[in-house]
Amino acid sequence: MTPELGQLALILALLLALAQGILPLIGAWRGNRALMAVARPAAAGQAVFVAIAFGILVWAFVHFDFSVRYVADNSNLALPWYYRIAAVWGAHEGSLLLWIFILNVWTVALAAFSQKLPEVFASRVLAVMGLIAVGFLAFIIFTSDPFGRLLPMPGDGGDLNPVLQDPGMTFHPPVLYTGYVGFSVAFAFSIAALLGGELEQAWVRWARPWTNVAWAFLTCGIVAGSWWAYAELGWGGWWFWDPVENASFMPWLVGLALIHAQAVTEKRGSLRAWTILLSIFAFSLSLLGTFLVRSGVLTSVHAFASDPRRGVFILAFLTIVVGGSLLLYALRAPKVAGGKSFKLMSRETVLLIGNLMFAVAAAMVLLGTLFPLVGDALNMGRISVGPPYFGFLFPLLMLPVVLLLPFGPFLRWGKSDTPILKQVLLRAGIAAIACAIVAAFFVDGQPRAIAGVASLVWLGVGVALYAAKRWREMPRGRRYPAEMAGMLLAHLGVGVFVAGVLITESLSVTSDVRMAPGQTQHIAGYDFRFDGVHQTTGPNWRADQGVVTVTRGSDLVGVMHPQKRTYLRGQVQTESAVDAGLFRDLYVALGEPMDTANIEGAWSLRLYYKPFVRWIWGGGLLMMLGGFTCAADRRFRIKRIVESETVEVLLVQETHA
Amino acid sequence: MSRLLPFLGFMLLVALFGFGIWWNTGHDPQAIPSPLLNKPAPAFALPKLYEPTVTVSKSDLLGKPYLLNVFASWCVECEVEHPVLQAETSTLGVLLVGYDYKDAPEDAKRWLSEHGNPYGLLIADQPGQTAIDFGVYGAPESFLIDGKGVIRYKHIGPLTADVVATELKPAIAAVLKESP
Repeated sequence: MTPELGQLALILALLLALAQGILPLIGAWRGNRALMAVARPAAAGQAVFVAIAFGILVWAFVHFDFSVRYVADNSNLALPWYYRIAAVWGAHEGSLLLWIFILNVWTVALAAFSQKLPEVFASRVLAVMGLIAVGFLAFIIFTSDPFGRLLPMPGDGGDLNPVLQDPGMTFHPPVLYTGYVGFSVAFAFSIAALLGGELEQAWVRWARPWTNVAWAFLTCGIVAGSWWAYAELGWGGWWFWDPVENASFMPWLVGLALIHAQAVTEKRGSLRAWTILLSIFAFSLSLLGTFLVRSGVLTSVHAFASDPRRGVFILAFLTIVVGGSLLLYALRAPKVAGGKSFKLMSRETVLLIGNLMFAVAAAMVLLGTLFPLVGDALNMGRISVGPPYFGFLFPLLMLPVVLLLPFGPFLRWGKSDTPILKQVLLRAGIAAIACAIVAAFFVDGQPRAIAGVASLVWLGVGVALYAAKRWREMPRGRRYPAEMAGMLLAHLGVGVFVAGVLITESLSVTSDVRMAPGQTQHIAGYDFRFDGVHQTTGPNWRADQGVVTVTRGSDLVGVMHPQKRTYLRGQVQTESAVDAGLFRDLYVALGEPMDTANIEGAWSLRLYYKPFVRWIWGGGLLMMLGGFTCAADRRFRIKRIVESETVEVLLVQETHA
Repeated sequence: MSRLLPFLGFMLLVALFGFGIWWNTGHDPQAIPSPLLNKPAPAFALPKLYEPTVTVSKSDLLGKPYLLNVFASWCVECEVEHPVLQAETSTLGVLLVGYDYKDAPEDAKRWLSEHGNPYGLLIADQPGQTAIDFGVYGAPESFLIDGKGVIRYKHIGPLTADVVATELKPAIAAVLKESP
């Protein structure tokens, strides 16, 4: 009976979403305050019912209700409770339920914090959120019901996809979705502005922290996904340009452009149309990501579902949402280039160049992701556009970004003078070149590794110079407002990330070896001794577990236990062993036994030495931290939009006092 | 006009996706004829489930058509399929061979005693190696193999009463017509 209550809750949520999506729009159009006032209670009600539905599905998993098909397909009696909860979003239906649940969390936050916005504008924003919810709820109810029954009820269920049975994967989807869905706020805000026909700078200021938070979550989700792929898939790579990775990377790139464009629009009033267009694109790409992953148009390891009905539904939804908003943009976008003008040598110019690079990079990734589909459609067979395409074009596009990054903060809005820039160029440039020369001796003259060190120093010194300038020139307490601290953190993160990528890619050592117990392999100064394989068991798997003792000279570095697990339902999963360190990872994956009858004999093993690989994720985490820090700036938490100017004056007086 | 560009570009994408969906629907990956269809079935030699010392090979089964049904005790969809097999086994007109896939023999025997045994012959592929030769995606799958050892029909997923009536039985009739 309970699963049917979940279904009922979803239907009620859909009705409330319809009310939230339609009535306030009519109210805002007609100037009817009663209709506008529907938005908030409807949003709250919808959130309650969606939460009930979500809770019922969690309950069904926790209590082994195998009469629910989704539960029976994705869990079994031996699955530990934490993976049973993660199994809620382990496949198609549940991950959509998670999507709508997170959308409701964002909507409720929006309803709570939008009290300061003009009523007409706030109700339009909430209505757009409601319309998005209508689409997703209808999608769940009509094509992807997570509460469908399985009769007769099986005694035990299937299994959660074993690659998902990993701590990294339990929180990767919720965090990633929080980012994806968070772009809906900037989107709703832009659509509301287009509907109203005006875009106040103060409203952009209000929207900025939301975009920053969404982007930071997306960053965190992508980092978690990358780390999971590294630890779990056993190939030792951290990014594969897989269509599903690309699906999350495209909104990230556009979101990055959006964050910077919003800053320009808020502070200078220029780039209004571009900001609106980017916020439409960021959310559209989030939807597109869902479409690509869930429709089965692109088949990859992630595409669990391929039901044409679903594909058609998402495509129709996408056409209405994205097509509709782009048409609205064509008709109503601000016609006159507003805001203050700027010279070539100005902060606007570098931000615009960065924006352009991110947008082109996103388009490049989109093209590379969709190209195989075109090939398929034209019957040229499956063409895959792999790392050579992305790996060549992406660094090329990011090169100007890295080169210009240190100058950005030093440039002034509107018009800037050159002496200070020459100073930055000289200091950061000399430091980078000097460090590169020193580094060349340590990395065997590997050009990419040298470039990695140089970029880190270039960006790091750029950040440090600006931090020092603020320290000298500003009074205490006003040196590093959160917005600026976040910017510096994130830019430093770029340096750490670039260094990690270039050094790992050029200096990693991989070795596929056949080892008999007692044999030793020497890699990058470490001795890996294979001490044989024995059997072990876990809650829902048994495994062949290898023992590899790593020593360096006479010091014991660690004992590693790579596994080859066989899960309850027969799926085999490699569980690699990683000895992590700030400057290097040692990584061992268990291959196959040379003789299947004698697992205690020789095995094939894959050994990696990966210098600075943690810096890749460290850089990502710094960027994430930067995003969150920016959003915390008190400047964004103004009392009331209409009084914003006076409030700012008050704030300034307070800090002076 | 330039403001319409994003819209037009997006519409191009929509057309592409629409085409992609249409193409995928028309060319359902599950409906793609197996490369083994109308080819000789791979040679196999597998132990009987209830008499593991006796091996059944492909040549033992030559001469008469049979339906090879891949199942396993761990397979949820097989429980859906099983009642259909129980009901239809006597009306098929060919031998129903159960192919126990990646399964512990005790589990399979317990499962069969719980759900009933519609099979005329049961073979077990515990390591799952032979299934790779057959191109098995997962259980359940069914192969109709004629008297000359050629695969004539293949179904992925559970056999439903509908599939049996509209696809399997006509295929069996065609095979039986050829081999007197």
